[in-house]
Amino acid sequence: MYKKRSVLVFVLPTVLIYTCIVVLPIFASFYISLFNWDGVGSMVFCGLSNFQKMFSNDPNFHTAIRNSFVLAGASLIIQLPIAFILALVLANGVKFEKFFRTVYFIPVIISSMVIGQLWLKIFNADYGLLNMVLKAVGLENLAQPWLAQTSTSFGCTVVPAVWQYVGQYILIFYAGMKGIPEDYYEAARIDGANSRQTMVSITIPLMTPVIKACLILSLTGSFKSFDLVYVMTNGGPLHSSDVPSTAMYANLFGSHLYGYGSAQAVFIVLECLIATLLLQLVYKKPEAELT
Amino acid sequence: MNHVRTKPRKIRTVLKLALLFLVAAVQLYPLLWLLLFSFKSNNDIFGSNIAGLPVVWHWENYSNALFGGGILIYFRNSVVYTAITIVAAGVLSAMSSYAISRLQWKLRGGTYILFTLGIMIPLQAVLLPLYLLLDNLKILNTGLALLIPYIAFAVPMSIIILCGFYGSVPKDIEEAAYLDGCNIYQVFFRVVLPIVRPAVATVSIFTFLGTWNELMFANTFVNDSSLRTLTVGIMSFAGEYSTNWGAIGAGMVIATLPTIVIYFFLSDQVQSSIVAGAVKG
Repeated sequence: MYKKRSVLVFVLPTVLIYTCIVVLPIFASFYISLFNWDGVGSMVFCGLSNFQKMFSNDPNFHTAIRNSFVLAGASLIIQLPIAFILALVLANGVKFEKFFRTVYFIPVIISSMVIGQLWLKIFNADYGLLNMVLKAVGLENLAQPWLAQTSTSFGCTVVPAVWQYVGQYILIFYAGMKGIPEDYYEAARIDGANSRQTMVSITIPLMTPVIKACLILSLTGSFKSFDLVYVMTNGGPLHSSDVPSTAMYANLFGSHLYGYGSAQAVFIVLECLIATLLLQLVYKKPEAELT
Repeated sequence: MNHVRTKPRKIRTVLKLALLFLVAAVQLYPLLWLLLFSFKSNNDIFGSNIAGLPVVWHWENYSNALFGGGILIYFRNSVVYTAITIVAAGVLSAMSSYAISRLQWKLRGGTYILFTLGIMIPLQAVLLPLYLLLDNLKILNTGLALLIPYIAFAVPMSIIILCGFYGSVPKDIEEAAYLDGCNIYQVFFRVVLPIVRPAVATVSIFTFLGTWNELMFANTFVNDSSLRTLTVGIMSFAGEYSTNWGAIGAGMVIATLPTIVIYFFLSDQVQSSIVAGAVKG
């Protein structure tokens, strides 16, 4: 029917591009992280000392890591539960359901750069929406230079992050809930279960793969977050709003510390990998069966 | 008994709708604010008309952004990069996933696993090595510097989604085509490809969203303002004209418009594409 050679035509170009651009560079990053290099001079092998420095001698990177965990926390504790509840309300049937679903999702498809620029304006100390509203309702003493203070600068990036992507999780949870056959709810109703019991015993267990997917998305997304922070504050002021990716970027292309920056890149990759593996392990319990 | 139960149910429904509308307002109002201030002059924004509708609609914010600020060029660039990426990644993925799911060869399973690993890889992991590679190939700061990585990164998710779809296509049609004397290329392009069109649409939307809004590569691999994408261009525009909120707003609206238009016409496909991507990942 077809020669084996045809398979090559179908697959080889893709595999070639993919391997050269996606796969091999990862190994290159790991390799470079073991050296001191500025891109111009020679590469000096230094073993794991870049990683050592990262963890013990770089308080800015500690802030960055802490910030990424704050973001992850906000996502897990605020964003996901809100999304779950809203999805539940939508999936149970309301008027205008399609309208809400469509609207909630709009910020997700807008570029993080636009979102970042927009919220820069919202948080602007003099003319921003937030301070204007605070002044208008008589709370002027709460109006502050949100972006210029080291205490609030990172928070300014967390708010848009949660705001932007809550719609994505609402949609995913909603799709998962809609996939649960009506019969289960029927049976529960007949057995006299109230809505909370139904949610705990039926909805949540049958949503396990979806919940797992959202947890992975949320954690890895938080750990590798770049666009919003880069656009809004680029880690400033004074590294207070840095995340691992912006710190890495500055080290690579600002300070030309290729080895050190690569070590930070490796850190981000391993962080995401470990988070994914951990969640896979946690969810290794037999999933609720649809028998 | 009915009469006693409907009253609390009605209140619950009203409360539910109020909550939903409140959330919708929170999601939409910042965007509305953006749209409104893109039509205002600096005087309005910083003083006289902060919160209301523009009294005078300053369309010149848009012409200033497009022509004076170079945003039209950035727009063109983004369109070109995204269109080429969608087509190239689409063709490559459709062919590869066809070979993986329908043809018999030894490294079938391994190749599939190779691609599945790809969707988990953060861009940070390859940023520097890619930069060095593109530099060594002397294509840094050219169109290829963005096209090649964009295509390469669009491929894994596209293959996974397409492979899932190919699984549900019946084999008889292919076999009939072979019996009719078609060679493999004819079978693929004339018979199979039209059938998987819905999946190709889903995949194209995914690629579009990933490419149109991309920042990290676009900021690193291309410097020339004539080659910049909209995402990077508006960022530098906002830096340069930082006090001209109206023009910056206009630029942001222009950058967002294609996505909103596509979403408006294809909202179901866009939503299902994101869900498919998330669950497969």
